[in-house]
Amino acid sequence: MEKFTTLTSRAIPLDIANVDTDQIIPARFLKATDKKGFGNNVFRDWRYNKEGSENTAFALNNKNYYGSILVAGDNFGCGSSREHAAWALVDYGFRVIVSSFFADIFKGNALNNGLLPVQVTAPFLNELLNTIKNNPDTKIIVNLELQTISAGDKSESFDIDSYKKTCMINGYDDIDYLLSKKTEIEAFENALG
Amino acid sequence: MSKKTLFDKVWDAHVVDKIENGPQILYIDKHLIHEVTSPQAFNELEDRGIPVYRPNQIVATADHNTPTENQHLPIADLQSRNQLEQLSTNCKKNNITLYELGHKYNGIVHVMAPELGFTQPGMTMVCGDSHTSTHGAFGTIAFGIGTSQVAQVFASQCLLLTKPKSLRVTVNGNLKNGVLPKDVILYIISKLGTNSGTGYFCEYAGDVFENMSMEGRMTVCNMSIEMGARGGMIAPDQTTFDYVEGREYAPKGEAFSKKVAYWKTLPTDEGAAFDKEYTFEAEDIEPMITYGTNPGMGIKVSENIPNNKDASFVKSLEYMNFEAGESLINKQINYVFIGSCTNSRIEDFRIAAKYIEGRQKADNVIAWLVPGSKQVETQIIEEGLKDVFDAAGFELRQPGCSACLAMNDDKIPEGEYCVSTSNRNFEGRQGQGSRTILASPLVAAATAVAGKIVDVTKNIETLEFS
Repeated sequence: MEKFTTLTSRAIPLDIANVDTDQIIPARFLKATDKKGFGNNVFRDWRYNKEGSENTAFALNNKNYYGSILVAGDNFGCGSSREHAAWALVDYGFRVIVSSFFADIFKGNALNNGLLPVQVTAPFLNELLNTIKNNPDTKIIVNLELQTISAGDKSESFDIDSYKKTCMINGYDDIDYLLSKKTEIEAFENALG
Repeated sequence: MSKKTLFDKVWDAHVVDKIENGPQILYIDKHLIHEVTSPQAFNELEDRGIPVYRPNQIVATADHNTPTENQHLPIADLQSRNQLEQLSTNCKKNNITLYELGHKYNGIVHVMAPELGFTQPGMTMVCGDSHTSTHGAFGTIAFGIGTSQVAQVFASQCLLLTKPKSLRVTVNGNLKNGVLPKDVILYIISKLGTNSGTGYFCEYAGDVFENMSMEGRMTVCNMSIEMGARGGMIAPDQTTFDYVEGREYAPKGEAFSKKVAYWKTLPTDEGAAFDKEYTFEAEDIEPMITYGTNPGMGIKVSENIPNNKDASFVKSLEYMNFEAGESLINKQINYVFIGSCTNSRIEDFRIAAKYIEGRQKADNVIAWLVPGSKQVETQIIEEGLKDVFDAAGFELRQPGCSACLAMNDDKIPEGEYCVSTSNRNFEGRQGQGSRTILASPLVAAATAVAGKIVDVTKNIETLEFS
């Protein structure tokens, strides 16, 4: 897993609540058997019109907006457990998703793929969305070490599980940790009988 | 001794170790896998040279991507075929039992596992599918996981997790005729919203759930994730024990009696505290439908769509081509789907058949009935329900996830409405541009017969549905 410490980037505003994983990556693209390549189809049905042309009204197609931070509405990533959603966002180039609320499974999937979910307050999210819309070249700074996110003179701190923080900063994943606990796991199984 | 909830008791019995100020290591009894969310996990283990630790605790089935017609023929779609072949290869290589397409026990993972007795009270179960919450109906901690976690369970039979908070939803009283488990859960989600349960594990309590069949309890727990809860649970009782007893992989004889004695200790202690509690009255619930693009956007069939100025709400109605304030009664519907891990068990088809018998499907409607498993399919035929469906013009297909997520060819065309017994009405869920209206099997059957949405309570005076 790629390490994450700090990131300074422009951001793309996706001012929609309840973005579900079916929108992030529609089910018809889940037939692949590796993790790469999903970025082409991230938000597929919002990015493209029916006949295949780009939907210019959609934020990802707006030339004013680019960067590796996605700022999205409340309850991001609800629905299906498909980790393909996290793979698609990473493959497209995102390293941070900002929202006022994340669905559980998506949040875990993101963290397991070096994609940092930054949960901010609703007022901060609104300010952030407005700032980006008014001034698309605003630089957003995400500092995982300090657990802060700032844009211009506005700043907020965010929570992250300390274990997961260590994993993100060092690029560790849970498998390494669990394998180091094999003795305890075997002892637990033996006690079950 | 401190008072514990059902969830606490099962969770605490599975904690291997705790990281200070961090997650806990939770032991997983049963791991269910399918073709879509497992290949990358197998690859990961292979790349890192890690063996599958406990293959005999894994059960595999093919369901998400499978055709519901001509299952005996090779699958036409190359990518789908490849995904299923990879599942077979991976299972063979790692000594995992696979109920592949065509096997007499094949089916949707959340239908076939309980049916075979894999699902038992007091267990921890996971699957790379968010509707794993279904198995909570047995008093099991069951939840969906991502593919990285599938790999973790392959490697260690454990997961690193922060213990969720506890939530209890109590519904007391008697349900009215025609109000089904699906209506109960759609009602709860419509009241609580799609993220009220995030960070929580939900216990359903009260008369309504105690009086429900196991099939009904599975329907309720299945949709826990639609209010954001990782899982839902119902205390095991005699209904649970009777369902489990005698199933292929359930404990037998004395072993079963010993288990039952343990399972009886699992229900929440009187006076145990929950982090959040909600209470509803059974009498307030009526047959439900959804009008928007998330499962929380539900109303009673007899109600009008609410007014809301919120941008996401407006976008949602635009997608559905509905107006705020309008009633959905008499809205023409051309597609009806009865199936999915929410409502594809035998009881669901019995309900549909009971309503359909002696009636005819409307000419404008295409009605797909997709059983949850081969066993359900067989039962439908043996009980004579297929004859009812055939006579009424409904199409009984072969088992699988089918039009719930439309990964196979069972897609609803663009712009069309589908009254569906599945669990998600997200944009494009049942095919690009499709519009989903979630409902119970009874409302779905009534829609197919009328060719439009009707207030089903007006058509069932002489029939009993519960």
